[in-house]
Amino acid sequence: MLTLNEVNEKYFDVLKEIGNIGAGNATTAIANMLGLRIDMSVPEVAFLPVEELGGAIGAEDEIIVGIMLGVEEDIDGSMMFLMDMQSAHHIVNKLMMRPDDYSEPFDEMDLSAIKEVGNIIAGSYLSALSGLTNLTIAPSVPFVAVDMAAAILSVPAVQFGIFGDNALMINTEFSDDLGIKGHFILMPEEDSYAKILTALGIPV
Amino acid sequence: MGQMIKVGMADLKICKAPDALTTIGLGSCIGIAIYDPSTKISGLAHIMLPDSTAIRNNSNIAKFADTGIQKLYDDMIKAGANKARMVAKIAGGAKMFEMPGGAASGINVGDRNAEASRAMLKKLGVKLVAEDCGLNFGRTVELYSETGEYYIKAVGKPVKII
Repeated sequence: MLTLNEVNEKYFDVLKEIGNIGAGNATTAIANMLGLRIDMSVPEVAFLPVEELGGAIGAEDEIIVGIMLGVEEDIDGSMMFLMDMQSAHHIVNKLMMRPDDYSEPFDEMDLSAIKEVGNIIAGSYLSALSGLTNLTIAPSVPFVAVDMAAAILSVPAVQFGIFGDNALMINTEFSDDLGIKGHFILMPEEDSYAKILTALGIPV
Repeated sequence: MGQMIKVGMADLKICKAPDALTTIGLGSCIGIAIYDPSTKISGLAHIMLPDSTAIRNNSNIAKFADTGIQKLYDDMIKAGANKARMVAKIAGGAKMFEMPGGAASGINVGDRNAEASRAMLKKLGVKLVAEDCGLNFGRTVELYSETGEYYIKAVGKPVKII
């Protein structure tokens, strides 16, 4: 059996492709939802030691928004979409038709809107993964947290830390007039890696 | 005050007065502070998982409650800390997302981390004098070797000192 680090190296290119297709799907979905034209940068895949994940998207104590969903059916695991506060406020203000400089703390409605955005983005990535692998993959209901980056990122750090020393993250930039920076992390359970790679014809 | 020394994730460090130790943004992880008031030797470990024996990939001993706390204790004794005087305070072990999760997954690991930390301290005979664990928010902690005070900072909450 391959170690997770070896699996991750093979998985790297696959994830990049998932990132490309998924971000494309997500861009279309968000553009339709917000009624905006949105461009997307080519996603980058970051492969980094678990211990560095807490500071991987900015300062460890910067407040960010994390949306987490379970992944079910043919594979098991979870996934997370992360945004900085500016991006989250931007999206919520667009959805709630507020002026763009509005930056009061999120209320329940705002958090629901963020969950919905997370749902759409997660769904876009999952359908990309599903399309590439022919596996049936469904997201659970989303959960949201607004807190220090290191605290939110400790959740995927633990997930990856159970099996290996490295974590994989897809960084994507969606840009309209202001720009939304997002980070996507897929956390399959250990045996689901094998399923994904096998489905893609990569020997495990 | 002396220097503020940073402890990363899956990391541990010790210091002497007047320095202080900090770790930023504990989520489900635990920050274990051990302090000897007689020598003011202080130690802080930031563990991620409860049990090194449950996991194949266990080379980084600071990652686990059992091996991490043992190493912190050993390092402090080596530095001259008084075994009988050492006390501990722990913080963290939050559940950042209200996800339902099975026993195998890491999602509800916060409670298990806290439990494993208490058990390891008990095994070493280090008295746990205070804790701030659980709930659903991140914590930044600072351990001051002059006083043994353990500061806990969370977003939108007043600073708590235990």
